[in-house]
Amino acid sequence: MPKVPLWDLPELPGNQLPLHLQLQKTRVSCNKDAPTNTENVTYSGAYAAMGVDNSLRLDEFRKNFKVKVIKLNEEDMEFDLIGIDASIANAFRRILISELPTMAIEKVLVANSSSVVQDEVLAHRLGLVPIKVDPRLFEYMSENDVPNEKNSIVFKLDVKCERKSGERRTVYSHDLEWLPSGSNYMLPTESSSDPSSKPKTYTSFTSSQDSLPEFSNNPITVTPGIIISKLAPGQEIELEAHAVKGIGKTHAKWSPVATAWYRMLPEVVLLQDIEDDDAQKLVNKCPVNVFDIEDMGKGVKRATVARPRACTLCRECIREPGWENKVALRRVKDHFIFTIESTGALPPEVLFTEAVKILEDKCESVITELS
Amino acid sequence: MEHGSYKDQSASTFSLADEDHTLANALRFTLNQDPRVSVCGYSIPHPSEARVNIRVQTTGDPAKEVLKDSCQDLMMICQHVRSTFDQAVADFKNTNGSESE
Repeated sequence: MPKVPLWDLPELPGNQLPLHLQLQKTRVSCNKDAPTNTENVTYSGAYAAMGVDNSLRLDEFRKNFKVKVIKLNEEDMEFDLIGIDASIANAFRRILISELPTMAIEKVLVANSSSVVQDEVLAHRLGLVPIKVDPRLFEYMSENDVPNEKNSIVFKLDVKCERKSGERRTVYSHDLEWLPSGSNYMLPTESSSDPSSKPKTYTSFTSSQDSLPEFSNNPITVTPGIIISKLAPGQEIELEAHAVKGIGKTHAKWSPVATAWYRMLPEVVLLQDIEDDDAQKLVNKCPVNVFDIEDMGKGVKRATVARPRACTLCRECIREPGWENKVALRRVKDHFIFTIESTGALPPEVLFTEAVKILEDKCESVITELS
Repeated sequence: MEHGSYKDQSASTFSLADEDHTLANALRFTLNQDPRVSVCGYSIPHPSEARVNIRVQTTGDPAKEVLKDSCQDLMMICQHVRSTFDQAVADFKNTNGSESE
């Protein structure tokens, strides 16, 4: 950016920053050596000396904030959040990863396991299997709670590799079988106790889960096709897995997203006309084909920025001396390309709205705490 | 929990249990955007303790009220984000629903 004396700056209407400050405030400049203007100017009085108000007004925010959905299916979602500060976008991302509840296998009761996978490794692998069930239908199980139909899901895994088959057997996640009426395993009891009393299992379900309207025609399943173990002829695994509700902060197995991330929108600006040989050079420099060549007529070819979103800011186009004056790479500070990859418990758009709700709840609890 | 003085309520430190950067950084943003705030910031005194301290110094108003207003602002932002997002998703499903099926 060339230096311009203050008195040469163009007059601007009130409450508008001079262009160079506008650029510093809204864009990260990705220069050859390092990015500059990476910080966000959040203080309300930052530009008070110029008579410019930097405070947040909700009506202003409501007017400027936009959401654009780019891609949406059952698992992934990509959307643009435009006109929001990084601190709030980051709060959504953090909540998505670590504070949204899901169900995951927490207890494994191994009756028999002769496979080479050790019990603790097996239990860990089972824990990471995503369960396709809406966690909002369940309650958290605290330390003193008994497992019941409202806070637990029980799965059975009973696989055997027949000796006569002579082939190894792969145990997949879809071999897990949902037990809607709870555990089948009896709690060890003292022999002297009343023989007429009903023997207790590891769970105390008062009713079968498949009698609930949510699950009657919709059995609980897990993501199929995940290899859990391999069995040699004669080996078998017989166990029960108990899933409970939890959050990703406790253990990543409860995280509802494979990952959730955002990046700022890249902005590629040609500072001068780049024509003919230079245009072809520029197109060839870019590994992700951001630039195109436009025919200007009379045999003049000019480079254009065709796909700025594809830019990874590798800075290859400005690496050679002199090119930094021709091409500017920037990032828009308040435009986030947000991506959510769900693990299957909830669709990604529901995950995001739930994350926003959690941030609202946090604010509300602070307000009540202070009142 | 608020740590401040009775004589001067315009400066206080608020210690929030079971919170982290998620809330504190978002609150720092909304606090900074409030013209009544002269200084604010937050710290996490120890990484193994789930607690965050938010410092608020105002130009005169009680810090507690300013923080409450900032929470309110953040909530309003969230509500607007949620409604805009839901609308965008509904629009996307309407226009692209026939293609994906």
